[in-house]
Amino acid sequence: MSKTYHLTAPLSDADITPLKAGDIVYLTGVVYTARDAAHKKLVDLLDAGQPLPFDMKGAVIYFVGPTPPKPGDPIGSAGPTTSYRMDSYSPKLINEQGLKGMIGKGKRSQEVLDACVNSKAIYFGATGGAGALLARQIKSAEVIAYPELGPEAIRRLEVVDFPLTVINDTYGADLYKIGRAQYEVF
Amino acid sequence: MREIKYEEIVKSVKDMILYSATNLPKDAYKALEDAYKNEKSEVCKQVLKQILDNADIAANEARPLCQDTGLAVFFVKVGEDVKVVGGSLKKAINEGTEQGYKEGYLRASTCHWDTRANLKDEVGYNLPAIIHFDLVEGDSLDIEYAAKGGGSENVSRATVFPPAKGRKGIIEYVKQVISDAGPNPCPPLTVGVGIGGTFEKAVISSKHALFRELGSKNPDPVLDSMEEELMVLLNNLGIGAMGMGGTNTVLGVHIEKNPCHIASLPVSVNVQCHSSRHMHIKL
Repeated sequence: MSKTYHLTAPLSDADITPLKAGDIVYLTGVVYTARDAAHKKLVDLLDAGQPLPFDMKGAVIYFVGPTPPKPGDPIGSAGPTTSYRMDSYSPKLINEQGLKGMIGKGKRSQEVLDACVNSKAIYFGATGGAGALLARQIKSAEVIAYPELGPEAIRRLEVVDFPLTVINDTYGADLYKIGRAQYEVF
Repeated sequence: MREIKYEEIVKSVKDMILYSATNLPKDAYKALEDAYKNEKSEVCKQVLKQILDNADIAANEARPLCQDTGLAVFFVKVGEDVKVVGGSLKKAINEGTEQGYKEGYLRASTCHWDTRANLKDEVGYNLPAIIHFDLVEGDSLDIEYAAKGGGSENVSRATVFPPAKGRKGIIEYVKQVISDAGPNPCPPLTVGVGIGGTFEKAVISSKHALFRELGSKNPDPVLDSMEEELMVLLNNLGIGAMGMGGTNTVLGVHIEKNPCHIASLPVSVNVQCHSSRHMHIKL
């Protein structure tokens, strides 16, 4: 049976080890946005021995490139982008830098799933195409790195009760496989 | 010769883009409501509820349905007795696109294929629009528009079969494409299938098939029966809304056909996410 949790980011191992694929999580706190262009820059910094623009320990990264905010709004529409484009970068951030949560949509590679087990991290799914609804849960947004990337810049977001589903947990389970197996008709 | 003013086209295109970004078309909304009502998985039911709530919020608050406001894709039928005055038709569509994407605070998503640099300053805001022109009889201008997102485009596929593959081969191919795509293209989907013609004709037909109204019947009885068969097969994949496992993987399957070369059977599958933003105007 799926359980519901309310968690605050940054996340600790104690926060995430109870989570199982299919659980619902309402996340409050700080999350950072990054898509593939920003991930490439982060990994290039690590390879060059340079410091990262934010503390990755316990961090949650949201794979999103929002629309421009209307005047007076913190952010425009902000739903998840497809996560596999970050697969080549995520394991390094999880295994070596202590990244604890990723928010996106769609399948991840076996290397990412392995990193989630070995170094304890969670892959959360948010509802793709629900950008107007999800933006309501984002209370502030500030560009903290790579403004030249436009929608792909790294933003520090403050979120309240951001609705998520656990796709991959720290035990290797995958909701995409479990869920589909339950409803596939041969 | 009927004259249509450049400015009228610019404004019509801009209005269409602004409206489509925040208002889910009625056919898509209804298909999602039906899916919500009959969905057997509790998890997917919640996802479908979020998708419907999102559509209500977007419409009421004039916010983009999705942050991926797409590349602007047009199918334009130009009557041979139409003359555009004050500028070129292609330029008018691009200008309307740029104005709409800017004024609506929509995302500029066109970039250089290699450097990935955004082209908003170099080429124009979310330009160039992707425009498919066709010349037809008459004195009207028919413009179909869709905001085409990247996630569903990324799982689209095309191939050229030997003719012996036939109907069975096509159905197996479509099933494989959707099965491989899984959660990535934001199901429940509209699946556009283009059959026949040359390689590129099949691809363009599969794109155009996405513009047809969800819930409408294919006038060709053979294609209609293939659509019905595919609806059952694809929903039986169990992928469900956002891939979380459920009974609604597709909202519709739309097939377009073309005469083939005697040696070949081209097939293309173009996938559309649940946020099926499309619109049609006639000037």
